[in-house]
Amino acid sequence: MMDTTKHSNYNSTPSGAGGHSLFEKIWDKHIVQTIEDGPSVLYIDKHLIHEVTSPQAFTGLNKRGIKVFRPKQIVATADHNVPTLNQHLPIKEALSRLQVEALIKNCAEHGIELYGLGHPYQGIVHVIGPELGITQPGLTVVCGDSHTSTHGAFGAIAFGIGTSEVEMVMTTQCLLQSKPKLMRINVDGELNKGVVSKDIILYIISLISASGATGYAVEFAGSTIRNLSMEARMTICNMSIEMGARCGLIAPDETTFNYIKGRKFAPQADEWNKKLTEWKTLFSDADAIFDKEIFIDAAAIEPMITYGTNPGMGIGVSKHIPSLNEIDAKEKNSFEKSLHYMGLQAGEHIKGKKIDYVFIGSCTNSRIEDLRMVASFVKGKKKANDVEVWIVPGSKQVEAQAKQEGLDKILEAAGFMLRQPGCSACLGMNEDKIPAGKYCISTSNRNFEGRQGPNARTFLASPLSAAVAAITGKVSDVREFLN
Amino acid sequence: MSKAINIITSTIVPLHNENVDTDQIIPARFLKATSRDGFGKNLFRDWRYENDDETKPKKDFVLNNPIYSGKILVAGKNFGCGSSREHAAWAIKDAGFDVVVSSFFADIFKNNALNNFLLPVVVSDEFLQKIFAAVEKDSAAQLEINLKEQSIKLLAGGEQEIFEINHYKKTCLLNGYDDIDYLLSIKDKIEAFEISMNS
Ligand code: SF4
Repeated sequence: MMDTTKHSNYNSTPSGAGGHSLFEKIWDKHIVQTIEDGPSVLYIDKHLIHEVTSPQAFTGLNKRGIKVFRPKQIVATADHNVPTLNQHLPIKEALSRLQVEALIKNCAEHGIELYGLGHPYQGIVHVIGPELGITQPGLTVVCGDSHTSTHGAFGAIAFGIGTSEVEMVMTTQCLLQSKPKLMRINVDGELNKGVVSKDIILYIISLISASGATGYAVEFAGSTIRNLSMEARMTICNMSIEMGARCGLIAPDETTFNYIKGRKFAPQADEWNKKLTEWKTLFSDADAIFDKEIFIDAAAIEPMITYGTNPGMGIGVSKHIPSLNEIDAKEKNSFEKSLHYMGLQAGEHIKGKKIDYVFIGSCTNSRIEDLRMVASFVKGKKKANDVEVWIVPGSKQVEAQAKQEGLDKILEAAGFMLRQPGCSACLGMNEDKIPAGKYCISTSNRNFEGRQGPNARTFLASPLSAAVAAITGKVSDVREFLN
Repeated sequence: MSKAINIITSTIVPLHNENVDTDQIIPARFLKATSRDGFGKNLFRDWRYENDDETKPKKDFVLNNPIYSGKILVAGKNFGCGSSREHAAWAIKDAGFDVVVSSFFADIFKNNALNNFLLPVVVSDEFLQKIFAAVEKDSAAQLEINLKEQSIKLLAGGEQEIFEINHYKKTCLLNGYDDIDYLLSIKDKIEAFEISMNS
C-alpha cells in the first residue's frame, strides 16, 4: 500500500524490533476497518471544537435529529472570533456574538464541556489542549482548524478537519481517512545564538516549500528536536501544516512525560504508570521505513524572517530577498505578485525594513516560554515610538502565569500592550486587524495576503526577532543585540 | 442534499495564480455565519473589489471579466492551501462551480471539496498549461469531465488526460452518498471497536 521509494537506515530513536514508525503504531491501533480500495475508518480519541467551524456541524446533527455520540471526548472553547479587550463585557459585534452564543447553546444541548469567555481555562484551542493535559501521546486528536498539527508534539496523530468532518466525528467519533505517506525530518546539532524553534520550522519550510510535505505525515527527529522543550516542539509541529503536511509528530520522551504529569486531565496514580509504560513504546523502530527522509544541520539555521505571502518564502535575516534570476521561470509570476503585495523589491535586503506593528501571539508562539523570552529581552528597554505592540497570551492560564511572574509589568514598562487570550491578529477575524499597507512582524504562522486584515503586510518571525523589531522599529538581527 | 456528479461540460474560469490559499478564497472576516449558505458572494473578496467596496470591482480580476464564465475553475498548483475552513469549498460551490482543476491540491481542501460534491481534478502541469493556453486563445473553450471514465478533455482540440480519484470517493460522488451516511451505517462496529480498545 505504502510507496517506499526511499529507504534510509538512519537511526535517531531507541532501537526496537518490528519496523514500525511512530505514526504507524498509533494509526494501526485506531483503525476500525478499512474499505477495500478506499480509505480507512479511523477512530478519534479527542475532538476539540470552537465557535467558527462547529455551528454548521451542529445544524447537520440537529437536521438528522441525532445527539453527539461521545460528548465526553469533545472539549470546546471560544477563541477565533473573540475580542481581546474587555472580555467581561458582551461582545459588541453582532455576528461574532451570535456565533459565540450558538456555541454556548450547542454545547449545553449536547452535553459538551465548554471553556468559554471568562472561564479560567479559556484560550486558543491548541494552547489549552496541551496545558490541560488533554493532549497525550498515542492519541488521535482532531479539530476544525488546520493547526491541530500542534498536538503532534506529544507523539499523537493530530490533524485539522473541515466542518463536514467535524460533523462525522460528532456523529460517530470516526473519520474516513487515507493513510498518508511518511516523511522524517532530522535536525541535528547545536542551535546558534538567537535561533529558536520558530526559526527551525521557518527554515525547513523555506527549504521544502509551502507544499513540500503535502500528502505526508511528518515525524521530526534528531538531537536538536530532542533538546527542545515541549512548548518549542509544539511550535514546530504547529507549522507542519504550512508545508502542506497532514500532521507533524515527535516521539514522546521524558520531556513529554514531565510536561504532562500533574496537569488537570493527565492520568493519575496507577493509571499514570499504566499509561507511561504504553507511551514508552511510542517511537519509530530503528528499521522503520520512511517514504522520504531529510537531514538538516542545526548550525546552518539563522534567525529567519518571511518576505512574501506564503510561509515558504522565508530567508535568514542577514540575507537578501531572492533576485529575479534566482527564481524558477514558472514561479516568477507568483513571486512578483507577492513582492508587489508586500511593497518589496527583488534582491533587496530585508534587514532595516521599517515596521508599524508587532504581534506576539497565536497558537504558534503565545505560550508562557514565548512571553518569558520576550520579557527577558525587552526588560529595561523601550519600544520604538511609532510602533504598536500587541501581546496576546494563548490562554487565561498563560495570562495568569505571566502576571504571577510579573512579566506583564516588564512588558508594559517597555510600552507593550498585554491583551486578553484569543486568536486575534493571527487571522484578523475580530477587530484586531493590521491596517491596509502597514507592516507587521508577527509570531503567528501565516503571511497570506490579507490574513491579518485587508492589504496588511506580514513578516513572520520568532518571538525574539519580533521583540527586537519592537525596540528598533525595524526588521533587525537579534544576534547583534545579544551579548 | 447534494446531488450526484458524472459528466460535466462547461466553459472555464482560468485563475493563473499558484498557492491560492483559503484566506484568499474566503477571508476570515466572512466566516461569522452559522449556516452554510451565501458564501459565494464573498468568494475571492479581496481580489475582486477595491478596498472591499462592491461598487468598485477590480477590472483585472478574472471573476470580474465577463468573457469568462462556467462551472469549472482552473487554477495554478497548490490550490486550497492554508486554513481548514470548509467555507472555502462552500464559497466556490455557492458561486456556481462544480469542478476545480489544478496540478496540485492541498489535502484538507481536497477532502472538504469532495465532502461538498465539488470535484477536485488533478491534472499534469503540461495539461494545466494546455488548458490555460486554450482559454487564452478562445474564452469559450470548453472542458468535459467524465467522472466515471476519470477523464478530462479539451473539447476543441480533443486533448485529454486521465485523472486519479479514490475508488470509494468516486462511488460516493457518482451516487450522491456522503461519508456520514456510511459511518452511521457501521455504528455497531464502532461501538464494538470502542469496547475492544478499552479492554
Ligand atoms: S491562533 Fe491562528 S492559527 Fe492558531 S488556531 Fe487561532 S486562528 Fe488558527
